[in-house]
Amino acid sequence: MAAGSAAPTSGEYIVHHLTHLNTTGHAQKAVVDWSVLNIDTLFYSVVLGLATIFILWLAARKATSGVPGRFQAAIEILVDMVSEQAKGIVHSAESRKFVSPLALTVFVWIFFMNAMDLVPVDLLPRIGEMFGIHYQRVVATADLNAALGMSIGVLLICIYYNIKIKGIGGWIHELFTAPFGSHPLLYPVNFVMQMIEFVAKTVSHGMRLFGNMYAGELVFMLIALLGGTATVFGFVGHVIAGSIWAIFHIMIITLQAFIFMMLTLVYVGQAHEAH
Amino acid sequence: MNLNATLFAQLVVFFILAWFTMQFVWPPIVKALDERAKKIADGLAAAERGKQDLELATKRSTDALREGKEKAAELIANAEKRGAQLIEEAKANAKAEADRIVAGAKAEIEQEAVRAKEQLREQVAALVVTGAEQILRREINAQAHSDILATIKQDL
Repeated sequence: MAAGSAAPTSGEYIVHHLTHLNTTGHAQKAVVDWSVLNIDTLFYSVVLGLATIFILWLAARKATSGVPGRFQAAIEILVDMVSEQAKGIVHSAESRKFVSPLALTVFVWIFFMNAMDLVPVDLLPRIGEMFGIHYQRVVATADLNAALGMSIGVLLICIYYNIKIKGIGGWIHELFTAPFGSHPLLYPVNFVMQMIEFVAKTVSHGMRLFGNMYAGELVFMLIALLGGTATVFGFVGHVIAGSIWAIFHIMIITLQAFIFMMLTLVYVGQAHEAH
Repeated sequence: MNLNATLFAQLVVFFILAWFTMQFVWPPIVKALDERAKKIADGLAAAERGKQDLELATKRSTDALREGKEKAAELIANAEKRGAQLIEEAKANAKAEADRIVAGAKAEIEQEAVRAKEQLREQVAALVVTGAEQILRREINAQAHSDILATIKQDL
């Protein structure tokens, strides 16, 4: 249970755990407030991002075409997997030079951020509290800002490739003539459809990751609450449910990272295809 | 689930990480993978070549062995033939030699016989003459009948 002078109620415990450490020092009031930064999300995503590129760089630095060590082989399996997927989806070798590394980074980075879910929910916040940090959320991908930030990044890449492959004129032409056809009456309909498509792609891309991780985190909190009852039933329930959910979550964190990566490739691949 | 400026920060971090991977991680690993793939392909090709060479060498050695065996068999056959021939020749020679010796011996024997006959004839003639002389000494003059005696001697 969270430390405090008085034991918090279940509701308070959950709310406390779902409050970000941000630049205001208390929970954000408005739904959208561009003047606020979530320090915990930034900290964990940057640290894990650095860990990601450090590990990848470690393998890349000593990469040899000779007999690989276990570590190099493991990274190579990842690289090969991403590379094969990219080859099947993005049919431009030139674009793959950027898109494949991007997909690899996204996969490993999101995997690491998701994996923070497996750290006991109270461990890091409790340590934080010892140093006077009262709010902390350790799963960066369970922050909508992080998930949407990344999906908007993918959107920008898609727009970039749309313009690069089709030219600015070609892309605008496509915005008004696809998917229903080239007729002045259909221009507005086409354009609205295209906008909906872009928004839906981006929002669903980010929301899917966020929703899965947020829900997973919440379940871990509920399981922690079960253990927090400090009864035999609670203890046994916590051990059983916690084990099951954590094991299941290993699949979720990997799957969500993989899905995010695949959708990134698919969207970028679609940006290459002319209607 | 509130939206705030973290979104933009995350966006920037996202691109920085992607850029780093593109610049420093992806190229060396992919290069190593491609090089290894090439090495393996080369190795497989070399193995294939080696196998072919081995097959060729095996074939050549079998041929050489077969040829050697054939030659050896031929040599042995020739030697046998030559041996048989030599024996035949030796036999023929020996037979000729034997014939010659036998013929020589026969001729000598004949000669010897003739000589013995001659001697015998002369001795008998002398004996007859002596006999006749003694007979005739009493009855006839030996000189008067010498021509008759000579004729008799001739008929013996």
